[in-house]
Amino acid sequence: MTSAQIIDHAIQIIYLISTALFVLSLRWLSSPSTARRGVWAGELGMALAIGATLLDRGIVDYTWIAIALVAGTLIGVPLGLVQMTAVPQRTALSHAFGALCVTLVGTAEFYQLAPHVPPFMMSVLSMEVILGSLTFTGSLMAAGKLQEVLPQRPITYKGQNIVNISLLAVSVAVAGYLVMHPDHTRLFPLIVAIPLLFGVLMIVPIGGADMPTVISLLNSYAGLSAAAMGFVLDSKLLIIAGALDGSSGFILSVIMSKAMNRSFTNVLFGAFGQVQASAAGSIEARPVHSATAEEAAAILGAANSVVVVPGYGMAVAQAQHKVRELYDALTKRGVDVKFGIHPVAGRMPGHMNVLLAEADIPYDRLFDMDAVNPEFPQADVALIIGANDVTNPAARHDKSSPIYGMPILDVDKARTVMVIKRSLSPGFAGIDNELYYLDKTLMLFGDARAFVGDIVRQLTGEGHG
Amino acid sequence: MTSDLITSLYVFMLAAFVGFEVIRRVSPLLHTPLMSLTNALDAIAVVGAILLVGEHKSGLSTVLGTLAVMAATSNLVGGFLITDRMLKMFKASKTKKP
Repeated sequence: MTSAQIIDHAIQIIYLISTALFVLSLRWLSSPSTARRGVWAGELGMALAIGATLLDRGIVDYTWIAIALVAGTLIGVPLGLVQMTAVPQRTALSHAFGALCVTLVGTAEFYQLAPHVPPFMMSVLSMEVILGSLTFTGSLMAAGKLQEVLPQRPITYKGQNIVNISLLAVSVAVAGYLVMHPDHTRLFPLIVAIPLLFGVLMIVPIGGADMPTVISLLNSYAGLSAAAMGFVLDSKLLIIAGALDGSSGFILSVIMSKAMNRSFTNVLFGAFGQVQASAAGSIEARPVHSATAEEAAAILGAANSVVVVPGYGMAVAQAQHKVRELYDALTKRGVDVKFGIHPVAGRMPGHMNVLLAEADIPYDRLFDMDAVNPEFPQADVALIIGANDVTNPAARHDKSSPIYGMPILDVDKARTVMVIKRSLSPGFAGIDNELYYLDKTLMLFGDARAFVGDIVRQLTGEGHG
Repeated sequence: MTSDLITSLYVFMLAAFVGFEVIRRVSPLLHTPLMSLTNALDAIAVVGAILLVGEHKSGLSTVLGTLAVMAATSNLVGGFLITDRMLKMFKASKTKKP
């Protein structure tokens, strides 16, 4: 073997090690106690792979590589240091960057290979570019909606799905034509441009509450497009990383769509906006029981067990640190405090857990829906902070309700239900929450952060007095 | 189809199965870090982009490749950084209640 061949083999072996490290990285993420090791394994795998690639004999010039690596790092560091409440939009943005990378490389590969592109190569290349482009603009739109630079309300119009599906069909048809006639290079820009437009239109009808599903789906697309790029470049490492990312996004999408009682086809075709359209329910004025912070504090302080149910409203009000103070005050009094977290609470999978962990609430107090639901019948108080539809008992029995069949947190089984809410306005689905009119429900009207702060003051004030 | 492509398809299929099995075990607690970590790992696409730039075959491929390396690098740096920041925050209860 010549020394050049040795280097080639060494590079391949290092890629193999990186692949193993990537799988281990996800394996270690299974539990919070080993999760950080997972990040280190991923970083090591990445560093090895990049280092090995830089040894590749095909590289003749390092200038632009160095510039791009430095520039990318300069962009990446601030994106890694965003506030925890901004994690959903950061994640959407990173899907966009990943998809951008894939699309750019795919485009460059096409023009290098054209006009002689073998059919299989052209098929995966089309898939790479179509998925990459639509994920790029789709994720930018999602990030814009989450950052609230774009209107969060879903925008729907007649024939929306037909327009969207036609656009996708046209781009697939053009791709099919290119597979047979790759020398028609003038058509190639179409399979970039049409999916770019499709990506925008796909997100237009989507409201904020559907974001967990959408982000997961875009995650899956980003992974699949990277795997397609692996086929084009014949890189097993990339195929595996893309497949891992794709299956992760897929699993999360399935979990999210189940938690919202949407069929998976419904999710795949992006028909997210339909619930809003059908949900023009009349809201009748019914009496509710409201309470002050003082009354709420008295009930909470006397309770044996409390289940807190956080929702997106807690994130908006940045109330997680006040919630921690409440947790501390109640725990000190011997009250058993648990947190019940619905899979779609917040704007992305696991959003609430991250915010509560940021506020230093121990993760063994955070329970997912299946674990916490049996707890409600024994709970003295269910305290709902900024969550709405995921607590609506109508999902269990009201067949006419748009959220009928959606799994919910059984908060109404607790002895007392407290709801911190700004006003009686309905949730994303535009439906009234019958929970608010139960005799056992106390409405605590106000800003979540201020109200929880008031309760804490009452509790600790009493403790001193 | 060459045997290379068939091998790649096998690799893809097996990796997808491994992915399903491994990711199913991830606690719902960590779904947000899971997403940011898989995103960072996905940035391995940077390897393909680096070769594209370094091989310097045409002006177009160098320009597109440079942008691609930037996009992927920002993802991998930002992705690992935020995943680690998130995971650092997850702490178990320090003491059992008396």
